[in-house]
Amino acid sequence: MSASAAVFSLSQVLVVVALSPLVIGLMRTVRARLEGRVGGGVLQPWRDLRKLLRKEPLVADGRSWWAVAGPLLLMSSSLAVCALTPLLGTVTFDRLPDDLFVVVSVLLLGTVAVALVGLDAGTAFGGMGSSRHMTISALVEPTVLLSVYALSIPVGSSVLSEIVEARLDDPATVLSPVSLLALLALTIAVVAETGRLPVDNPATHLELTMIHEAMVLESSGRDLAWLELGSWLRLGALMGLVSTLLVPWGVASELSVVGLLVAILALAAKLAVAATVLAAVEVALAKVRLFRVPELMAGSFVLAFLAVTASYLVVQG
Amino acid sequence: MPESTYTQLVELSAALLLLCAVLIVWRRSLGAQIRLLAVQGWALAGLVAVLGVHEDSVELVSVAVLVAVLKGVVLPRVLSRTTAADRAAAREETPLINTTASLLAVSFLTMLAYLVSRPVLVLGSTPAVAAVPVGVAMTLLGFLVLSTRRHAVSQLIGFLLLDNGIATVAFLTAGGVPLVVELGVSLDVLLVVLILQVLTSRIRTEFGDADLDDMTELHD
Repeated sequence: MSASAAVFSLSQVLVVVALSPLVIGLMRTVRARLEGRVGGGVLQPWRDLRKLLRKEPLVADGRSWWAVAGPLLLMSSSLAVCALTPLLGTVTFDRLPDDLFVVVSVLLLGTVAVALVGLDAGTAFGGMGSSRHMTISALVEPTVLLSVYALSIPVGSSVLSEIVEARLDDPATVLSPVSLLALLALTIAVVAETGRLPVDNPATHLELTMIHEAMVLESSGRDLAWLELGSWLRLGALMGLVSTLLVPWGVASELSVVGLLVAILALAAKLAVAATVLAAVEVALAKVRLFRVPELMAGSFVLAFLAVTASYLVVQG
Repeated sequence: MPESTYTQLVELSAALLLLCAVLIVWRRSLGAQIRLLAVQGWALAGLVAVLGVHEDSVELVSVAVLVAVLKGVVLPRVLSRTTAADRAAAREETPLINTTASLLAVSFLTMLAYLVSRPVLVLGSTPAVAAVPVGVAMTLLGFLVLSTRRHAVSQLIGFLLLDNGIATVAFLTAGGVPLVVELGVSLDVLLVVLILQVLTSRIRTEFGDADLDDMTELHD
């Protein structure tokens, strides 16, 4: 049991590490093509990473050891998230269930690490970015918890792999109002948490609007590579989670070579479709004003709340 | 139609009705609100059609067609003609309470709807009865839009949302009303909307604005 869980976790980590930069590259390429540009190609993020990893990090005077430790903490929390979420298989360790609350808290660890990196340099932009980042995560948290609570009511457990397994057994539940509302709310929350449009523009370096870029502004070389890869991994894992919940097919429920290969191909296909859709939607969106972000988050909170009430409707009826 | 499909279709259309109501509260652009109202009209027609097919009632299916034509096509078109006149006032700029607060109010009102419709839920465990709170919630949300928006067309949209909610409750609990009564009610709503449309355009030509809060005093 725990041996096959280890195989699944390890392959999840390897596959997501290999795929996330490609997902980012695909999103950038789709965006560039839709805007009439050629774009750097799907492999460009990998080339960027290789370049950054070879470079020596330059640390500004007065920065503490956190400039090195923060990126590593973000990276390890992202790797833990990749290992925990049931992206390829629903087999889990006995002692370490992939409970949603565990996953969210591991994610938050990474969020705090990046925010501290932003504060550590002592520049105005870093502090501003960290403050905005923490505000948004505080607003995202209730939505994530409520929407997964709604998803967990029919299953009776907040363990992600059990939710995915229940959906594999009975695909009709995917189309129920509860799951659609909860997934919509979860999607908005994921988009906000990973700093995509309309909450944060990942391509901007305009002082007044940047959030994620403001926090990593003072990092360079290897540290910057870990920060970038860590946040890409978060995006990849969360996108994989949402698309697995929406389309559970392909996820293996027991260990076999064929099952694992099918699961990897299915995950790659899901991520490719999700990335294309997300990038295509992003082209049509403008970044909302920072003061209207709470509005968006309140909207997704209400959707998650409605999902919870609607699930009681089903249980009673 | 098999029972499970019936249950799923009723749930799906009820969820669509509620989702449209929430999005009407969320969005501030009048064009988007009108489009959502049209989608809601189609969802209501779908709900009636599902109920009609389930009960093998030709009358309900014809009512569904009537609902689709009136609430899905005619009323949205009348409303968009009202707003097409001036592009500048196509947004509800300053609702009485901000969007975040009204979205939180939406969650409280939905909870209230579930609480007050508990006596109805006791009556039976059919999917139609289980969806009654959605109708009550739509009615309450209609009141919310009516009382917090300043723009005349927004208030009209709130009124139609209220009407949709009442119709939903009627169809879910009583299996619909006789065709004659439904025809009368529909014509009533249509007339009210037409009169209010004329009134709104008169207000706008008179005052250059359709903000009802500016009209609290009498003048010669």
